Amino acid sequence: MPVNFFPTTAELVRVLPEMILVIMGTLIMALEPLAPSYRQSFLGTFSMVALIAAIPLSLLTFADPGPAFGGMLLIDGFATFFRLLVLIVGVLTIILGRPYLEREKVESGEFYALVLFSIVGQCLMVSANELVMIFIGLEISSISSYVLAGYLRKDTRNNEAALKYFMLGSFATAFFLYGIAMVYGATGSTNLFDIRQVLMSGELTTPDRLIFLAAALMFVGFAFKVSAAPFHVWTPDVYQGAPTPVAAFLSAAPKAAAFAVLLRVFLTTFMPFSRQWEPLIWVTALVTMFIGNFAALVQENIKRMLAYSSIAHAGYVLIAVATHSEIGTAAAMFYLAAYAFMNVGAFAVVSHFARKGETTVEIKDFAGLANHQPFTAAMLAFFLFSLIGIPLTGGFFGKFYVFKAAIDSQFYWLTALGLVNSALAAYYYLRIVVLMYMYDASEASQNMPPLDLGVKTVLGVCGACTVFLGVFPTALLTLVNNWAILHPTTLP
Amino acid sequence: MDLILFFLLAFVAVGCAINLVLQSHPISSAISLIGVMVSLAGLYLLLGAEFIAAAQIIVYAGAIMVLFTIVIMLLNSGKEAPGRMNNLSRFLGLPLLLVMVGLLAMVLVQVVPPTQEVKFGNFTGGGPADLGMLLFTKYVLPFEATSVLILVAILGAVVLALKEMD
Repeated sequence: MPVNFFPTTAELVRVLPEMILVIMGTLIMALEPLAPSYRQSFLGTFSMVALIAAIPLSLLTFADPGPAFGGMLLIDGFATFFRLLVLIVGVLTIILGRPYLEREKVESGEFYALVLFSIVGQCLMVSANELVMIFIGLEISSISSYVLAGYLRKDTRNNEAALKYFMLGSFATAFFLYGIAMVYGATGSTNLFDIRQVLMSGELTTPDRLIFLAAALMFVGFAFKVSAAPFHVWTPDVYQGAPTPVAAFLSAAPKAAAFAVLLRVFLTTFMPFSRQWEPLIWVTALVTMFIGNFAALVQENIKRMLAYSSIAHAGYVLIAVATHSEIGTAAAMFYLAAYAFMNVGAFAVVSHFARKGETTVEIKDFAGLANHQPFTAAMLAFFLFSLIGIPLTGGFFGKFYVFKAAIDSQFYWLTALGLVNSALAAYYYLRIVVLMYMYDASEASQNMPPLDLGVKTVLGVCGACTVFLGVFPTALLTLVNNWAILHPTTLP
Repeated sequence: MDLILFFLLAFVAVGCAINLVLQSHPISSAISLIGVMVSLAGLYLLLGAEFIAAAQIIVYAGAIMVLFTIVIMLLNSGKEAPGRMNNLSRFLGLPLLLVMVGLLAMVLVQVVPPTQEVKFGNFTGGGPADLGMLLFTKYVLPFEATSVLILVAILGAVVLALKEMD
């Protein structure tokens, strides 16, 4: 029992980003009833300030990396990278959400508070080094996401999305918890490094199979959160039903955070028996890619199509996870960053195009958009090219590094099948580009309102980042290579 | 003695849980849930965690179940209408469930050889002092984070149920 349990200043500094987000989130909740309904967008600015302030704070915490609160958190480069990623996605979501809420006439502070809390959960998840902490972070993030998915309470599609997400999400959480309980039963610890120590020492009192079962159950939980097949069935319904800025958020931030935890748990704790879990992950990766891409081919709704494409992209990242190497981890980090920007960008166009009540979200509605709004069409086409993985975009290098990591680990035919999938995916992305540029304008394209400042900002930021990652990938790559070290022996 | 009690409580807990899902009337399900909670409290007691056992009874079997019952009463929901099952779930649901349970059982049987004796009652450390010590030292951060979790749940309930939006 520790005698002096008061956290040191250094430890408190390591949770500063979370602290400021929680404080601001609570403040927004308190201010919300006081602010008149036409001033609610002020709270949006407020939440944006909190998120932007948390970005330098995360960098500050990285200046002095190390564990915090008795090993509950571990602030290292890996955690900092994902903290920054979810914070940036959060800022983009709020910029995108503000005009959306205004248009749907549901401006209220709760939306911003929920986004902030969701990001708190994700920040805790990605820096957690303890299964209990991971679970609580995951739940904070998930519960806020369930509510965000059903935010437009009067819209039945929102209700359906929230209910499905909640039901299946709770089910997945139960699997995850069951896995945690078994790990604790077998090793007597919930700290990731301690569990690893026990597994390495071979002093297990129970046979290995219990740990395999635990790892498999935990993987089910993660697979749900990252929407990997066969646990992906919620994704299309939720992305289609949820407000589009929320769908953009869901496809980037919680997914990246869940991948971060998956990488951390499997590459530190369960690393001693990587040979046993490696097939599990690559089979999932393969099934996920094929299901995502084939289902996306036949979609008529663009949000559903992007949802299936998001499933397929989760498959590519799983290839990187299956390599269980540092280069694979770095590739996954790069991919998730590139994917976040291009996908949020694509969703931003859809969010604006859909108009009040999201009436025009069919793919055929995009026909002839280039004639009326060349800039918007060009941006959407650019993001779609990046999703295909065409050179000079972030998506190209994302795929490139993933496949390179796979080849380095001798996954030759997995790489080949991944490439086949990329080619397959090109069809449904290019279909939209062809529709936009080569067909007569649909009614929806003709009447599309001009872009507002918020959407323009998001498109600009996402576009700039995608180009940057496509032209100067080494800038981020050196960073992720330095930060992809999860091995506990390298700790300070 | 511990062993007999354990199996008794475990069977009651699992039986009640199964009954909870099978019942078609919400009140019967709620009563079964109380059975699960109480037998869980008994299991905690066996482990020497008397404080957690008491908290389990007071909080879950008491407060939360009363809340459940009131909500069921307010909603005035009657018997569950027999749902339409699609063919896949009708023919594959039960076999797949059995396969999963069978697999779990197989692993567990191999993990815990039947000759090995299960020991209970050796563990002590579930008193309020031990629990408080752990909550405010080792688990202080998860403890604080849980408050955020509950805050989010309340906020979500307000957004989804109460908020006037027009």
